[in-house]
Amino acid sequence: MTTIALTINGEARELAVEPYRSLLDVLRNEAGLTGTKKGCDVGDCGACTVLVDGKPVNSCLMLGVEADGSEVLTIEGLQPAPNRLHPLQEAFIRLGGAQCGFCTPGMIMMAAALLAENPSPSEEEIRFGIAGNICRCTGYTKIVEAIQAAGKELA
Amino acid sequence: MRRFTYHEPATLDEAVSLLAAPNAQILAGGTDLLVELKEQLRRADCVVNIKKIPGIAGLAYDDKAGLRIGALATAREVEVSPLVLDKYRSLAQSVRELGSIQVRHRATIIGNVCRASPSADTIPPLIADGASLRICGAGGERTLKVEDFFLGPGRTVLKPGDVVTEIVVPPPPPGTRKIYIKHGRRKAMELATVGVAVTHVPGAETRIVLGAVAPTPLRARHAEDLLRGKRLTDELIAKAAQAAVAESRPISNVRASAEYRREMVGVLTRRALEQLR
Ligand SMILES: Cc1cc2nc3c(=O)[nH]c(=O)nc-3n(C[C@@H](O)[C@@H](O)[C@H](O)COP(=O)(O)OP(=O)(O)OC[C@H]3O[C@@H](n4cnc5c(N)ncnc54)[C@H](O)[C@@H]3O)c2cc1C
Ligand code: FES
Ligand code: FES
Repeated sequence: MTTIALTINGEARELAVEPYRSLLDVLRNEAGLTGTKKGCDVGDCGACTVLVDGKPVNSCLMLGVEADGSEVLTIEGLQPAPNRLHPLQEAFIRLGGAQCGFCTPGMIMMAAALLAENPSPSEEEIRFGIAGNICRCTGYTKIVEAIQAAGKELA
Repeated sequence: MRRFTYHEPATLDEAVSLLAAPNAQILAGGTDLLVELKEQLRRADCVVNIKKIPGIAGLAYDDKAGLRIGALATAREVEVSPLVLDKYRSLAQSVRELGSIQVRHRATIIGNVCRASPSADTIPPLIADGASLRICGAGGERTLKVEDFFLGPGRTVLKPGDVVTEIVVPPPPPGTRKIYIKHGRRKAMELATVGVAVTHVPGAETRIVLGAVAPTPLRARHAEDLLRGKRLTDELIAKAAQAAVAESRPISNVRASAEYRREMVGVLTRRALEQLR
């Protein structure tokens, strides 16, 4: 066991972790944050996307110990206040960007990273940006629309 | 993942000595290593994370030496570098199509090279640009052309304990034109069925490197000989494309048959050369 100290969703945390555990497992088990989903566990689906020091990564492809000293943002930490949703969350609800919802946390975290770099992305830029997030329900059109709508609101 | 011990060496020397342990594995971005450990394609008793070692990060360019890509430089860093896009366009094109943005934020260029997959996207452009690697190991330092680095699929000349510290890509002579074309079954999140990189120095040399059509990335030397110093006419391009087809040694696998790959080598080599004249 190693003890790591990191910030998760703005809160300083100390966690005891085995070095062979992925950041995804550490978030879901040791940190008790099950919003981040495990789809494939090997980098293909994007359901586990979180931001580490502002960068979108597949948390299944990072060891928990590697997050020592970093700042992690998960879907649970995205809303600006306890009773207010983030514009991306609002837009996904309003425009039907989520159906079963399994891809949604990862999709929204990737979209948040995308909008932080480019607040008014074209459809093509959005599709390029979410190429690593697989959705088996929506057909992507409504997801693209939701990201565009949220971008307008955030700009 | 199976149990392993984990180390974060603070110096290169420390890393080299840790890597002397049996079944020690280097962890850079982990996008190959962690997948292979989870799928039990590889065994690690000891994982050596090299990301805390100073002096091996980032990209640097100067007009004489060219581009230095440190061991920790990620595909994403290369993707968003205006300098790489300007002077190393084929490398920039290859990283744009490597996995997803999430993967590219972790995956290193040097890890992509060291994994030695025949379909690795960054290797053909690096070879076409004449890149070399600097290797640091128990026996000291040595430098080697990327072209001479591979022994077979997943196999390189690296010995246990060797760490690649940087890749250096020479500066392009004025007027140089470059392209990388990746052919896959779909647009994103797909390994190359065939990859073709061409670096064309008008009036001088044209280097053509084929990915995923031989056990290691392959220079199409006969095709290059036909083009040396020549203008790229339709007729010459057609001949060079045929030569490249004859040089390729593809296999059939889940992604494509050997026949299809050979056909595509011709099409893509022609297309690449047409776009460079
Ligand atoms: C979902 C997904 C999609 C992908 N798509 C593509 C794609 O389209 N095209 C493509 O080319 N690749 C693709 N890849 C693979 C690509 O991400 C890797 O090849 C990556 O570049 C490897 O770098 P890394 O830093 O992650 O290496 P790691 O996984 O950390 O290491 C890979 C190997 O290289 C060795 N190594 C790493 N650094 C060094 C060093 N400095 N010295 C010596 N040995 C070293 C390691 O020991 C290990 O054996 C994909 C991967 C995933 C998970
Ligand atoms: S669970 Fe990480 S990418 Fe699928
Ligand atoms: S909403 Fe079901 S996978 Fe995307």
